[in-house]
Amino acid sequence: MTDEVPRRAAHDRAAHDRAAREEVARAVREHAGRLAASLVSLLGDFSAAEDLVQDAVETALVRWPVDGVPERPEAWLYTVARRRGLDLLRRESNYRDKLALLRQPEPGEPDDRLRLVFTCCHPALTRQAQVALTLRVVCGLTTAQIAAAFLTQESTVAQRITRAKKKIASAGIPYRVPSGEEMSGRLREVLTVIYLLFNEGYLSSTLDRAQARDLVDDAEWLASLLTGLMPDEPEAAGLLALIRLHRARGAARFGPDGRLVLLADQDRSLWDRAAIDQAIQLLTRTARRHRSPGPYQLQAAIAACHAEAQRWEDTDWPQIAVLYDMLLHLAPSPVARLNRAIAVRYVDGAEAALAALKDLGDTLDHYPLYHATRAELLRDLGRRQEARESDERALALTANPAQQALLEERISWA
Amino acid sequence: MKYVLMFVDTEEYAKELAAMTDEERAEAVRQVERWFADHAGKVSMGGSKLQPGHTATTVRLQRGAEPVITDGPFVEGKEVVSGFCEIEVEDLDEALRMVRTWPACPTVEIRPVQDMHAGR
Repeated sequence: MTDEVPRRAAHDRAAHDRAAREEVARAVREHAGRLAASLVSLLGDFSAAEDLVQDAVETALVRWPVDGVPERPEAWLYTVARRRGLDLLRRESNYRDKLALLRQPEPGEPDDRLRLVFTCCHPALTRQAQVALTLRVVCGLTTAQIAAAFLTQESTVAQRITRAKKKIASAGIPYRVPSGEEMSGRLREVLTVIYLLFNEGYLSSTLDRAQARDLVDDAEWLASLLTGLMPDEPEAAGLLALIRLHRARGAARFGPDGRLVLLADQDRSLWDRAAIDQAIQLLTRTARRHRSPGPYQLQAAIAACHAEAQRWEDTDWPQIAVLYDMLLHLAPSPVARLNRAIAVRYVDGAEAALAALKDLGDTLDHYPLYHATRAELLRDLGRRQEARESDERALALTANPAQQALLEERISWA
Repeated sequence: MKYVLMFVDTEEYAKELAAMTDEERAEAVRQVERWFADHAGKVSMGGSKLQPGHTATTVRLQRGAEPVITDGPFVEGKEVVSGFCEIEVEDLDEALRMVRTWPACPTVEIRPVQDMHAGR
């Protein structure tokens, strides 16, 4: 009883710190990309512009948590970037010409961030470079934050970014939104990068990493930016709906001890019903305007089926199986087949589901969820020894602590 | 910007070519000619087909010592540079658009030409 007050004070302080951190992250995310976009246009030098913004972001991350986020964060960032830019420009022969261009972007200017996104996700860059560059340039993450999010060395990320920026300049990767028939392929690259970020953030969001910047926030923010700037692209909206549907169930995904809770066992009263309804509305609006849904819309529709079920028993498995069939038709992938098999389990039983998994063993041998799913099906069929072996295989393969805990538990009571 | 396109042959492609009738092969050649004609304004040099990989000679210069001369291309592999041309286009996207329609060998490497005047 006596230490209740200081404990609550510490708790309040932690909550306050977290809120402050989130506010800083939000302000950086909203303004760093905009500043980068206009500086690239003004200077005509992607790499130099990006360095200036990164410098300003790093200064902001030192100052803002102490001083508070300034009233006009964009002006603040611009001032710092400009000061640093002057130092750089003085060394150049066309100093005066460039200086004349270096003015503060007007608030009403068209949003140039789309060009930034498409340049960062250019197919001539490796996927890792696309991811790192997008986070740094568009979302305003520092190299250290990216390294922390991906559990990589900071020097590795820095090197990746330097190499990518060099390639943009020397290979002539344009600073432009692709047009015409190039668009669909290029948009797919961008959506893949956002989807990867979402997956990485979603799968690794455990309690011990509460300090790291949440990649799921960045993925949702990017998808929402893209949806806003490309309102006629249904797959951008589909991806946004997919991310939001998963996030809406976030509070129920981890137990109080930080362990992952399976969908079947989640406390559905913790789900954010308002967010689910909004995401489904977004999905429905999009489906109404465009005829055949793409892979992200289908995945979102599957997530919506789960989210709409009040109880696990209410899940519309036949509908989910149909959606997986459509998804496999458009974008065949071993993981989608695995997920379809899970739906088949509830429609036609474990035997049929196990049959649906049959020739996936070669491609998914290193995928922990393949073995975890097999284990469940084998257990359904009373083949305990095989189930146990599959569980052990799954456990050996996963690096994610929350997932590991879940599998360990399963082995012990299996 | 200037780029060199390096056309790369594979063993499978060589087999495909070998299996063609004379007429099919002539059509394949016509398609390549048509491609070059379509992009005439952008091809600034070459359009040269090279002799097969086994005709290559590679010289490895040793610092101070006698160079080592070997028979064959510099990388021994299943993919061999079989031709090249230089193009002058706006940027990488334009080069990519151009290469997308290339009718012959299955791989094309796009390499920017270093600008000698930029002093890098």
